[in-house]
Amino acid sequence: MINPDSVGRTFEGADSLTVSQSEIDAFCAVISETDTTVAPPTFSIRISLSQYESILTQPEIGVDWTRLVHGDQKFEIYRPIVAGDVFKCSATIETLRVAAGNEIISVRSDLHNGSELVVSSWSTLVVRA
Amino acid sequence: MVNIGGARMIEVGTVLVEKVFYVDRELLRAYADASGDQNPIHQNEEFALSVGLPNVIAHGMLTMALVGKYVTDWAGGSAAVKEYSARFTKPVIVPAGVKVDLTVSATVAEVNGNEVSLTLSATSAGVKVLGMAKAVVVK
Repeated sequence: MINPDSVGRTFEGADSLTVSQSEIDAFCAVISETDTTVAPPTFSIRISLSQYESILTQPEIGVDWTRLVHGDQKFEIYRPIVAGDVFKCSATIETLRVAAGNEIISVRSDLHNGSELVVSSWSTLVVRA
Repeated sequence: MVNIGGARMIEVGTVLVEKVFYVDRELLRAYADASGDQNPIHQNEEFALSVGLPNVIAHGMLTMALVGKYVTDWAGGSAAVKEYSARFTKPVIVPAGVKVDLTVSATVAEVNGNEVSLTLSATSAGVKVLGMAKAVVVK
């Protein structure tokens, strides 16, 4: 069960993640994007999801990653991500509710390059009963 | 879209040309590596069936990435997108050895200066796979 006390709290990811050109190239290749000078709009999920996994599965929060389904996703992109960006990623648990035994959490992720907020994203994650 | 004196006019209600993407297991593997999402429901049929899915399903975020490509092709590049959101209503089901369609279209919902809001539609095998899908681009 997800700890209800985690709602409203912000957790900082442990890692600083440097975006490499090869990561952008690989993401572009999947969608046949030939301009690899900036990352495609959904690229930041690569960073957010990996950080979510390490943050949200902590015993203090208690998300069961093996039963997770992605409900919805929103991005606000303040500038495109480029190779060389170094991100710290935070996760804020905005809401938690339970419906038919499923735990539904909405999580906000902010990606900062130094003091610059580059992308905010919101994910609704469903831990299936 | 209306052409007036060579300029392309974008107005509320303008319907964009539909595009079909094709999704197969190879693309799911490539996306798993590119995104870091190695959940076996997107690659392993036996596992997908064991958790009650009809077959291997595409990553919702792969669907969103492909629809994003549709948006950026129209808007003039990846840097044009300011907001992008969608709900994953039904999975894109990807049986072995076939390419399934992801059919995408859009309508201009709002024009505010150089910002254009698009309402997006995405279906696979005739089933709506994204709900409330929307993008705001600078054009």
